[in-house]
Amino acid sequence: MNARALRLLAIADDELILGWRDSEWTGIAPTLEEDVAFSSIAQNEIGHARALYELAADELGSDADALAFDRAPEEYRCAPFVELHLMDWAHTIARRYLYEEADRVRLDALRQSDDPELAGLAAKIDREEVYHRLHAEMWAARLRDEPRFRDAVNELWPYALGVLEPDQRAELARRVGLPSNSLLQAHERGEHTPELTELWNEMTEVRRSVPGANW
Amino acid sequence: MIFEIFRQERKGQPFAHAGSIEAPDAAFADAWAREQYGRRGESEALWLVPRDSVHQITEWADEFDLKYRRVDGYSIKSRLKEARERAGTTAISDS
Amino acid sequence: MDARTQEFLAYVQDGGQVESTDWLPDEYRQKLIKFIEMHANSELMGVLPEREWILKAPTLQRKLALTAKVQDEVGHAQLIYRVAEDLGKPRDEMFADLLSGKAKFHNVFHYPTHTWGDVGVIAWLVDAAAIISQKALLKCSYAPYARIMKKICWEESFHILHGRDVILAMMTGTDAQRELVQEAVDRWWGPLMQFHGNPIAREEDPMYVWRIKSQGNEEARQQFLEGYVPQIWELGLTVPDPNLRRNDDGVWEYSEPDWAELKSVVTGHGPRSQERLAFRARFLEQEQWVRDALLAA
Repeated sequence: MNARALRLLAIADDELILGWRDSEWTGIAPTLEEDVAFSSIAQNEIGHARALYELAADELGSDADALAFDRAPEEYRCAPFVELHLMDWAHTIARRYLYEEADRVRLDALRQSDDPELAGLAAKIDREEVYHRLHAEMWAARLRDEPRFRDAVNELWPYALGVLEPDQRAELARRVGLPSNSLLQAHERGEHTPELTELWNEMTEVRRSVPGANW
Repeated sequence: MIFEIFRQERKGQPFAHAGSIEAPDAAFADAWAREQYGRRGESEALWLVPRDSVHQITEWADEFDLKYRRVDGYSIKSRLKEARERAGTTAISDS
Repeated sequence: MDARTQEFLAYVQDGGQVESTDWLPDEYRQKLIKFIEMHANSELMGVLPEREWILKAPTLQRKLALTAKVQDEVGHAQLIYRVAEDLGKPRDEMFADLLSGKAKFHNVFHYPTHTWGDVGVIAWLVDAAAIISQKALLKCSYAPYARIMKKICWEESFHILHGRDVILAMMTGTDAQRELVQEAVDRWWGPLMQFHGNPIAREEDPMYVWRIKSQGNEEARQQFLEGYVPQIWELGLTVPDPNLRRNDDGVWEYSEPDWAELKSVVTGHGPRSQERLAFRARFLEQEQWVRDALLAA
């Protein structure tokens, strides 16, 4: 598999798995109003994943659904950060906040890419991410003094670093205002958590029940 | 705070009241109203107004029959008929 | 009934509508709140049978569509609870009454889902039954409620199409997939027939008398059968009622639904009633600190 496809899959897998995790809050978010807004974010992420898979699919002679669902868990290229099963709001919002910051650094670089398709898609994704960032910032401001939130951010920081290439991490640390000596402890891409296998089993249950079927 | 949401469906159309959202502040109200009333691209624009800022008027004085200011205050049919008869003409449109 | 209430009743029966700032008879207000609250609760609890399938959706498109559908249900809950709040009942109180069993939600949301067939049947048939009831609220005498029903009905129309699309994909698929659909129809038929309530004459139904809804229970059920049995049969699916038929007058005849089951289920004894309420309670309690943070200055 070539470098471009691998790169596309890494970002697509991040967005897919995080979108999956975020969609788990549909129906059970802290308020109904937030539930509706949060669900849109989850859908957007999956939409981004789909667009990225489609680019990769052209490269690999496959299709988006096959790439999203039919690989084995160990073949996914997502960062451990997005795999974590975080069913409390403090951690969920901390992840949204940190991921949006990391994703912004990543998208900024991609928009400068000399790969026109990728640069174009990055710009498109970025235009939607504006609202995700507003949402994350709004919550981060509101929960700024909440120990639960600050603890969650600190706890998840090493995972957030693992979303980015090493040469992008100083920029993230600068934006988020977290200590740069923690750059050493990043949870790197390449090792998956047990949570991913659990998620994958549930995610592919129906699809695997009748292999090759149209749904 | 309760915010009243007014929605414009298409450019040029009036803003119509669409519902209300309870939110801690304008930032949350915006984020929430955006999705509740626009996630399908079904709204051209939204106005968000704190409920306390909305003043309602429902009482009217109409004591002295000032119907001359309204269309229903005029009844020209019979006089128009008389004028046509005098002029020997028929109605402009046959209806 | 005092004169003012009598006048109000005549007004609404003549098609008149009222706003939140108008005088409302106590009986009307109480019945209205109870009806609206049950509707809101149903949208909220209706999320739970479906949301587990969001995670299991077999394609990206279905995942997105199902997430969007469930999102709509939550949005509907928000719209409806808001109306009840403006009538004087705080949301926290409504949640507390839901969780204690004091307030109810519709029968269909007390049942389990077992397969992707359920996902299709719920979106296609359960939502169809619900939309019939909802259309009968478009002319509700209480105008704020009537107005939100327009948005709700508009959004539900996509749900039914999505449901039908899910069903059609399976019915044109493998034998295993077709079997999933038939099995789901067989399980959901009973609750569907009970959904619109027992056939109380509409003149004896306070919801009709006060023109909160514009049709009686049996009228709604007949509309459902007329609209959807042909759709079920044209796919080669069967309905598990040997007595179901349309007679020469156009009236659908069917086996008497199990009204005892309906009563038992809506009073909290359905197969999933307590489990779902407990799930709902768990997250409500767990995230109370968030709502407190939102209320803080």
